[in-house]
Amino acid sequence: MVTRGFTGRRPASEVADRIPPGQSLTADFPVLSAGPTPRVSLEDWSFTLKVGPRPVKRWTWEAFNALPQTSVTRDIHCVTKWSKLDTPWQGVLVDDLLTDAGIEPPTPFTLAHSFDGYATNVPVADLVGGRAMVATHYDGRPLTPDHGGPARLLVPHLYFWKSAKWINGLQFTERDEPGFWELRGYHIYGDPWREQRFSGD
Amino acid sequence: MDAAADAGRPVPWQEAVIERIAQQTARVRSLFLRPQHWRPFTPGQHLDIRLTAPDGYQAQRSYSVASAPAEEGVYELVVERLDDGEVSPYFHDVAEAGDAIEIRGPFGGHFAWQASDGGPLLLVGGGSGVAPLLSILRHRALAAPDVPALLLYAARGWDDLIARDELLRRDEAEAGFDLVLALSRDRPRRPQDAGRRVDAAMLGDALARLGGPPRLTFVCGANPFVEAVTAPLLDLGLDPATIRTERFGG
Ligand SMILES: Cc1cc2nc3c(=O)[nH]c(=O)nc-3n(C[C@H](O)[C@H](O)[C@H](O)COP(=O)(O)OP(=O)(O)OC[C@H]3O[C@@H](n4cnc5c(N)ncnc54)[C@H](O)[C@@H]3O)c2cc1C
Repeated sequence: MVTRGFTGRRPASEVADRIPPGQSLTADFPVLSAGPTPRVSLEDWSFTLKVGPRPVKRWTWEAFNALPQTSVTRDIHCVTKWSKLDTPWQGVLVDDLLTDAGIEPPTPFTLAHSFDGYATNVPVADLVGGRAMVATHYDGRPLTPDHGGPARLLVPHLYFWKSAKWINGLQFTERDEPGFWELRGYHIYGDPWREQRFSGD
Repeated sequence: MDAAADAGRPVPWQEAVIERIAQQTARVRSLFLRPQHWRPFTPGQHLDIRLTAPDGYQAQRSYSVASAPAEEGVYELVVERLDDGEVSPYFHDVAEAGDAIEIRGPFGGHFAWQASDGGPLLLVGGGSGVAPLLSILRHRALAAPDVPALLLYAARGWDDLIARDELLRRDEAEAGFDLVLALSRDRPRRPQDAGRRVDAAMLGDALARLGGPPRLTFVCGANPFVEAVTAPLLDLGLDPATIRTERFGG
């Protein structure tokens, strides 16, 4: 259905094929959060790897930062309709977390947990093979609290609510268990290229 | 909740006719949309809208529903004009009553309030961020008038206040509702209002006026506004789990 009088503002053709359907390019870095920005001190920070209810490894901030560091530059896509290209991140690949813990993924699914009680589900296949990291730096600087600092998950190929802010753990689960937004009508997987915004899309 | 009831069922795009447009302020207008199939919603939820150019290019945006669910058949959207924006200027400069656009939703299951959630309610809105709070207030007046509610509403000036007359009238007429205005570039007109940005002192006064800790707090506006409001609310001792935020961008 053509909207009378709407011409729109198209992205430059050289980047157009990097913008998923229904998304618009932004130069800003908008923020999506369900609640207030939690206050997480580095002394209290820790990251726990769990298999079901059982913790298998826990890192303090110091130990976490001693793990191998990786830098990536990726395009990101928020379900609130903005996309941002070439965002530079640094952190620890999920692969390197598993290596340090000395485990292979024991189940096909995970829930990422956050300090504010937020959780989001991501299949293991979307986390390993260099596809995801726990990011501590953005654009060369420590991640600011409103963008998820001290550390957030980064799964850039899924809608950005999957990149849980203020992350404090990753839990392997037997089943694909919906997290916070997934229980509130958002899509269980969230592929921006298939425009999986809401449950049923 | 709506979201749970809808789980798994696709929500299709549909056509909605702009039935009426009302200029709210110099930079804000209300659009009253009449969709083919009106869906019930929970106050606080938003619609997705989609505009299509002649060559098939499309732009999508989200806008909060400002009307109450009791106004069956229509959705009111409150759109602020961002001069360098792609979509909001269309609604200001081009769209007319009788035009049709595509919509989908309403969506959103967290920034939402229904009567059974109860109160007291603290609502804090900045600029067009008042839109979903209007829906909550309008619904409250009909469905749960005994729930105490306070709206702290920040705007540049007296003439930038969206739904100003309605809010002032509700403040007079509704026993459980209090309106406090924070005008950053104007003088306050009423003793309870302030001629400055929202700050910790103002939020403390609002909590005292509510007469008890809010069961739920809803904060909506641009991200810097939401941060500037929620940080002092945490300092004032509010439980973060009771604070829900909606950030419009910027
Ligand atoms: C859930 C949700 C509900 C929303 N509800 C409303 C509503 O009720 N009323 C309303 O007017 N808008 C609302 N918005 C914002 C709306 O979706 C658009 O982002 C806004 O209208 C700008 O679109 P645009 O195409 O005109 O500007 P764009 O071309 O998309 O953006 C122009 C620039 O302005 C920035 N920007 C976007 N929004 C704002 C803002 N509010 N203040 C300052 N800068 C901004 C963008 O990041 C961009 O850099 C809502 C957003 C979300 C996610």
